[in-house]
Order: sequence, then structure tokens, then C-alpha cells
Amino acid sequence: MNEILLKIDGREVEAKEGMTILEAAQNAGIYIPTLCHHEKLEPYGACRICTVEAESRGQTRLVAACLYPVEKNLVVRTRSEKVDKIRKMILELLLAHAPDSRGLQDLVEEYGADKDRFEKEASFCVHCGLCVRYCAEVKKKFAVGFVNRGARREISFVPEIASKECWNCKECFPLCPTEALQAAYVYTEALISSLPRLGRQML
Amino acid sequence: MDIARVDQIIDKHNSEASSLIQILLDIQSENHWLPKEALERISERLQVPYTRIQHIATFYKAFSLVPKGRHQVHICMGTACHVRGAQRVLDTLQDLTGIKPGETDLDLKYSLETVNCLGCCALGPVIEIDGKIHGEMSPTRTADTLKKYE
Ligand code: SF4
Ligand code: FES
Ligand code: FES
Repeated sequence: MNEILLKIDGREVEAKEGMTILEAAQNAGIYIPTLCHHEKLEPYGACRICTVEAESRGQTRLVAACLYPVEKNLVVRTRSEKVDKIRKMILELLLAHAPDSRGLQDLVEEYGADKDRFEKEASFCVHCGLCVRYCAEVKKKFAVGFVNRGARREISFVPEIASKECWNCKECFPLCPTEALQAAYVYTEALISSLPRLGRQML
Repeated sequence: MDIARVDQIIDKHNSEASSLIQILLDIQSENHWLPKEALERISERLQVPYTRIQHIATFYKAFSLVPKGRHQVHICMGTACHVRGAQRVLDTLQDLTGIKPGETDLDLKYSLETVNCLGCCALGPVIEIDGKIHGEMSPTRTADTLKKYE
């Protein structure tokens, strides 16, 4: 594996080929905020809170640090006026869905996000996919998945699988960045309702 | 739809996971909706997790997870049809079928859906039943047209 030299926040950082900016930064002890990233899971790039400025060959672009592979002589800035503004906006959008999320509070303070900026539409889920991907990739049970799309997208447990597997696992609950109770709630709903998918469709 | 027929359709596509959407489309067009048993069978035979199939089946509007009627009635509420009186045609349709847009009647005869412009505004107001266009609809003509579908 080739060593690659790049700069993050003015520091020379060494990384291996194929690493992402996020991994390189973490190895060097440089913090980049993440929401949908999990070290056991494949990169997903859903939340974009890890957005950084990456400069190569004289061009600066905004990239998702958890997806973007390191390259030679890349210059990365993890904080800048632009980056902060984007993170603030992302947080404000997420807050419209999960206004009281405890997991977001630190970031909200850091970036001065205003939780009342956008009209609330509390669905509690910010579509990070952590619960869904963890169940699929780590546990290989596929008990929870997404249904519908766009603004109506939500998680849904398959009752037949959930009733067998979830009680003794529940490892996805604490992963949720907004509220662990969200998964718990949908899970219970799946168990209670005998026609969960039909019911959902007709709502 | 019986499971044997679902199996036939899966066989036609050589049980390939990459044909998942095609299989769903085939079942949808034959059966007008995707019953849970069919999805479970597909999941089992294609070795695709049920959550994934559910995600796809709810993602595309072409699929329905609830029973649909034998006849798909689409009424155009686009601008041109609207000014030519689509609302009155819609009212007539609702009266005759007893259902609102997005619904299916208990006899599974009709499913009603509104659309915005079918691309033949000069014929407005337009309704489309099972893919066939019926133009220049008035309340009376709507009633006559609907009678042709059993
Ligand atoms: S329920 Fe929580 S963990 Fe699951 S996708 Fe939504 S926000 Fe992410
Ligand atoms: S952590 Fe990179 S997009 Fe979510
Ligand atoms: S508006 Fe009805 S066909 Fe165009």
C-alpha cells in the first residue's frame, strides 16, 4: 500500500491509498463531525454533515469526508466559513424533523443552528440509515428497512423477522442520532399491528 | 394470484436477483397489485432480503401494495382539462364509482387516480381507462363511457 501525503487543516498527514479523508483525519486526531458514519458499516454519505473543503490542482470543492478518498497533495480544510454555513444549514434542516434530538445538541451549539428556522415536521428520523444498514450489514437479519421515498420515507420493521430476532438484539436502538426511541417505536408498532404494511399504505 | 403463477414468472426471469424489478412489474401488470405472499416468495427464491423488496415496491409509484381494481381510471386535472370542466367530470366519476382519487371500490372494479396532463390537451377534459384515452368528456359521456367497463 502506498503512503499518501496530504494536508489537513495545515498539518501534514500520512494516509494509505484507499482511505477516506475522514479516516485519515481520525488517524491524525483531527475531528470531523459525522452522523451517518459508523466504522463497522460501508460509507453511505447520507447526512453530509462531514462536508469539508478539499483543494487539489488549484480547485476547491466541497466533498463528503466519509466518502472522498485521499489523494496526493490534497489540501483539506475541515472548518471554514463556507463549511460552517453548510453544516449549520444541514443541522437546521435535520432539526425540522427531530427538534428535540439530544444527539444533535452538541453540534447545534457548535454551529449556532436555529432549531426554529424551518417549519417543523417531526418525523424523528433523519434517514441516516444507521439502523437499517447495521441490521443488514452487521447482523445480517434485514429486520428493518426503508419504505416509501422522498419526504415520506420512513423505517419499517418486518413483523415476522422482528418478532423473532429483535428482542434479544436491539443493537440498532442506541445508534440513532436523533432519538433511540424512534426505532423502538416503529418496532413496537410492527409487532402490534397485524397488517403493518397495509395499514401504513392506507394511512 | 396463486403462488404457482408467481413461480412461473420468477422462472421466466431465471430467478435472477437482477431481474427483481421486472418480476415485480410482471406481477403488478397481471394482478394489479403486489400481495405480500408474492413478495415473500420472490424474496425466498431470489435470495433478496424482504426489506429490500419492500423498499423498491414502495419506492416506485408503478407498484401497489394494496389491492387495485380491474379498471384503472385516470382523470386529467391538468390546466387545459381543468378549464374545460375536469372538475365536473371528476364529480361524476366519484358519484358513479363511490370512490375518491387514490381509492379502490370494495368490488375491486375501479381504482381512481388523478393525473396532471396526459399530453392531449386539445381533447380535454380527458379520462384514461386501462390505458385508453377518452376525450371531450362531459358528465353524461363519462357515465356512458364507464358503462362499457365491466
Ligand atoms: S430511525 Fe434513527 S438510526 Fe434509523 S434511519 Fe432514522 S435517524 Fe437513522
Ligand atoms: S458522515 Fe459523511 S455523509 Fe454522513
Ligand atoms: S391538461 Fe389534460 S391532457 Fe393536458
